[in-house]
Amino acid sequence: MSKNRKFYIGGFIVSLFLAGVVSFYASSSPDGLEKVAGDIGFIETAKDHTLADGALADYGVKGIENERASVGVAGVIGVIGTAVVAGVFFKLIARKPEKNKS
Amino acid sequence: MHIPDGFIDVPTSAAFVGLSAVGIGAALKGARTQLDDKTAPLAGLTAVFIFAVQMLNFPVVAGTSGHLIGAALAAVLVGPWAATLALTVVLLMQAFLFADGGLTALGLSVFNMSIISVWVGYGTFLLIRKILPKNKSSIAIAASIAAAVSVPAAAFGFWVQYVIGATGTFSDSAVFTSMIGVHILIGIGEAIITGLTVTAVLASRSDLVFGWKNNKNKEVLEIKNV
Repeated sequence: MSKNRKFYIGGFIVSLFLAGVVSFYASSSPDGLEKVAGDIGFIETAKDHTLADGALADYGVKGIENERASVGVAGVIGVIGTAVVAGVFFKLIARKPEKNKS
Repeated sequence: MHIPDGFIDVPTSAAFVGLSAVGIGAALKGARTQLDDKTAPLAGLTAVFIFAVQMLNFPVVAGTSGHLIGAALAAVLVGPWAATLALTVVLLMQAFLFADGGLTALGLSVFNMSIISVWVGYGTFLLIRKILPKNKSSIAIAASIAAAVSVPAAAFGFWVQYVIGATGTFSDSAVFTSMIGVHILIGIGEAIITGLTVTAVLASRSDLVFGWKNNKNKEVLEIKNV
């Protein structure tokens, strides 16, 4: 059991570190699709994102001026949010009927 | 390869919402048979890890970056059904929380990354695993090759959507060449990250890895599935 916990806590910490710290050093060049769209020209058909004004839009926290902190906090929120949503979701999926508590 | 709104017209986007819904429905059923109390947390962790690593764009050629999709990685770690679900959770989080990937384009992106990339990756993995010796390094190598193939596969999915419903009027063949070309390069990064991650998980918890367990118990599993 403790081996299990160690593995999951370790994986979670690695993810927090990648999204919270390393993400600042990620390339800001356009990704493959954006680059192709720009080169060929269909980038102009893109519309603004419906939620472009959201508090976490583009992996930055609105109101945090420091870029490193902004992307880092956004990444940490994303990791925790994904952990909660995916954790609950897969727990529900994996639940076997016979193991339900009556 | 998160598609923004506007690239692909509304009818095509809507059609792919339907197709993706069918795929997710099947995955919900399938994942129930492949996940249990022991492996469900790994499916969750896989989604978390993919979210984190998708933030890490690496440079590919001048002025272009790429990032992990994670479809082959997820398929090898938790099986293709749960992989489809994990990728879909990540894409939903990104679109709704971080405005990454258009909302009306979600069906398109889910289809390319959660379905095409997962299943092409998983199919490639099974094929390569078959011809390699049955050991852990083979699993990591097969996962890497699967990852390399899964990225241009997703790009191909986008191209099909572009041909069907592009709002622009640019040459289909130019889009094909550029999309596949750059995503073959991004696939190299995908292969490296996938190989390293699978190696690390196999070293610490091989008992949880779908693509490894199911290799050793192949006959048993086939009998059970009848």
